[in-house]
Amino acid sequence: MTDAMRPIARRTLLAGAAASPVLMTLAEARAQGVAPRRGGVLSTIITPEPPILILGVNNQGPTLIVGSKIYQGLLTVTPQLDPAPMLAKSWTRSDDGLVYTFTLEQGVKWHDGRDFTSEDVVFSLMKFHMEVNPRARAILQRIDKAETPDAHTVRFTLKAPFEPFLLIFDVTGCAIVPKHVYDGTDYRNNPANATPIGTGPFRMAEWQRGNFIRLVRNEQYWKQGQPYLDGITYRIVPDSQSRGLALQTGQVQMTSSNDIEPFDVPRFQQQANLQVAQNGWELFAPLSWIEINNRLDNLKDARFRRAMAHAIDRNFIAQRLWFGVGKPATSPIASSTRFHDPSVQMPGFNPREATALLDAMGLRPNAQGIRASIKMMQIPYGEVWNRLSEYLRQALRQVGIEVTLESTDVAGWVRRLAAWEFETTINFVYQWGDPTLGVERTYVTSNIQKVAFTNTAGYSNPEVDRLFEAARNAVSADDRRRLFSDVQKRLVEDVPLVWLMELVFPTIHDRRLRNVITSGTGVHAPYDDVFFAS
Amino acid sequence: MGAAKLLRFLAARSVKAAIVVLAIVVFQFVLIRLAPGDPASVIAGQSGAADPLFMEQLRAQFGLDRPMHEQLLIYLRDMLTLDLGFSHRQQQPVATLIGERLPATLLLTLTAFLFAVTAGVSLGVMAARRVGRAADSLITVIALTFYATPIFWVGLLLVLVFSVWLEWLPSFGMFTVGADLTGLAYAADVAKHLILPSLTLGLFFLAIYARLARASMLEVADQDFVRTARAKGVPEGRIVRAHVLRNALLPVITFAGIQAGQLVGGSILVETVFAWPGIGRLAFDALLARDYATLLGVFFCTAVMVVVFNLITDLLYALVDPRVEVA
Repeated sequence: MTDAMRPIARRTLLAGAAASPVLMTLAEARAQGVAPRRGGVLSTIITPEPPILILGVNNQGPTLIVGSKIYQGLLTVTPQLDPAPMLAKSWTRSDDGLVYTFTLEQGVKWHDGRDFTSEDVVFSLMKFHMEVNPRARAILQRIDKAETPDAHTVRFTLKAPFEPFLLIFDVTGCAIVPKHVYDGTDYRNNPANATPIGTGPFRMAEWQRGNFIRLVRNEQYWKQGQPYLDGITYRIVPDSQSRGLALQTGQVQMTSSNDIEPFDVPRFQQQANLQVAQNGWELFAPLSWIEINNRLDNLKDARFRRAMAHAIDRNFIAQRLWFGVGKPATSPIASSTRFHDPSVQMPGFNPREATALLDAMGLRPNAQGIRASIKMMQIPYGEVWNRLSEYLRQALRQVGIEVTLESTDVAGWVRRLAAWEFETTINFVYQWGDPTLGVERTYVTSNIQKVAFTNTAGYSNPEVDRLFEAARNAVSADDRRRLFSDVQKRLVEDVPLVWLMELVFPTIHDRRLRNVITSGTGVHAPYDDVFFAS
Repeated sequence: MGAAKLLRFLAARSVKAAIVVLAIVVFQFVLIRLAPGDPASVIAGQSGAADPLFMEQLRAQFGLDRPMHEQLLIYLRDMLTLDLGFSHRQQQPVATLIGERLPATLLLTLTAFLFAVTAGVSLGVMAARRVGRAADSLITVIALTFYATPIFWVGLLLVLVFSVWLEWLPSFGMFTVGADLTGLAYAADVAKHLILPSLTLGLFFLAIYARLARASMLEVADQDFVRTARAKGVPEGRIVRAHVLRNALLPVITFAGIQAGQLVGGSILVETVFAWPGIGRLAFDALLARDYATLLGVFFCTAVMVVVFNLITDLLYALVDPRVEVA
């Protein structure tokens, strides 16, 4: 399997455990003379506290991180976004791209002791996620027929070929849930939701709200001898400074996601016993941007949006605000997402070009040097985002655009975003590995809806619509690559949004902790291979 | 004070209290719904994905698709049966959520409260007896410093000194998770975790009590009956205790009464800095998540406690100062 050949693009797939990158990392670990060691409890942090742990019913970031230790998907993805085995040990795709057949692992048991079978898989996808999970629903609707030839085989027939189909099978997209617990119940209000039952290497032992979630080793786990850890404890520490101190003093051995503010990261890079990892976000590839309401005066003019893009130094943002965690965006498709075209470049930092564009629009500076005034609704996701808004205000003021900042909390921000009641704001969304899954939704006319994380900017371009649709339906990856290159060129010309950063969230951990990040989902892996080296 | 009179007093006050609590509940119910956004939008925001069907399902699940007056009536009806409702977000009854947090909250706030009252009043008395001298200035300066310093900053500083540098005390949490301690070992473990947060919270209030006690002592000490006592030859210690302090305590009790009523509410800042699993955080997170039922439940409990402690304070006045009568 060479890097250039992406299995998902091949006509027939056959993945064996030997090719799994998860095991490769283990082999590497062994090669370094570090044999996995049983024992030890990993203390880490989860921020904010998840409301419940049933994946699908709740898909918030923290829920996915904790839930992925309890539940598993059919597949996972490598850092290159190739599918890798999980509950399905192998799979095939028919030549016409319509029929997918999964062969499941045998001897897998639910935490309550019942056997895991193909019935659970079909129930999870066709009933459970179809009902509760909006992101999965959009893809699962494309399944025409779901069959279970035997207890360990599942066959899906699609209505039409869908090239990125396999990307939804990671636990963060479609966790497999027990049919015997949920079938025929109200999934959202099932009393069993208090104690999640999965197939994962850890099961829930205790949850003291506002304090900690304690997972313990699943002694019946289907991988022999695994997991290596005795348990994982997720502490709930609401204050970012306190989280930093907990990491510094060794009271926790790992932080992830938003636990540590970017401006504190350099401090931990200096600490010898800690390692700061930036990988493990390839599937999510969160891209941040200035969301611009394309319906409003000035803002609906591509020249104005282009001027905004020219006014902003994305290198400054990446280096001075995020301290090198993540990198500047270059196009609407993040570089770790499939079909990113590195030859497409969005308008670069060039204030002179920005003022020239504003001049051409007839926006002349007044006595205070102000050409136009806009409002920016701040995103209420922490201190670094406030600093970003302040930088943007400064940078835009340099070219004569006066920015008034508006502050909100999460509920207020989402409501105004969804109701299109904003001039500009900052936003970031996950790309989910493929532009059809995570990029298209932001730009196509058909998705202009009064719901957050749709095309709330109100951008509409028939050519872009056509390209996205063609790429969605194209059978071959090569065709899709060409179409997405075109889309990127169009979007960079129109600048419907000003892309800022390809975000990653640092995972900071004790150096003795091994195999922390082995897949394209990082801290969302099951952690059955994580261990403390002595 | 006759028993019948006391009973009449209690009955009258209870009726008033019930009306106050009801008014508070209705007011809060309306007020928090005026905040922009709803629980569904928070969940959509935190999931980073949504479609119209998803939003509709969530609102139906949370009962938000009904008209507001209907929601209020349902809530009041449940309230009358002491049912605080159900948090759909957390899939738990609100009473359970509050019950889980109550012990931690009371442990923290009561410890801080007792520390603040005893140490504060003692310092205040000490300062008043040495008024104008070095000890008085020192106490006043210390009290003012803690009063003026932001509480989270004091907390972080204490963590820096005692957890990071000296490594004597844990920097957060309520007990060592996974240690499975029992009995005395567990109590000792909790006590160790309790020191920094209760000190942080206590120091702020200590400053208030010290200043209050000092000012009040000085005022009473100037009065005629104290001079008379001194002229009679009553020993100085007895004058301070029986004559001055007892009379000086009224403002202290008033303030302690107010503070005691708020003990149940916890302290958002201290709970945040020390990751203490108390009610303050529960309420704060519920507010951000627009978890209406939980937030209202906390408001209800706090309102009841404030009312109850007001009543207790009034009774205490009568006990400390026989001139005050309950009415």
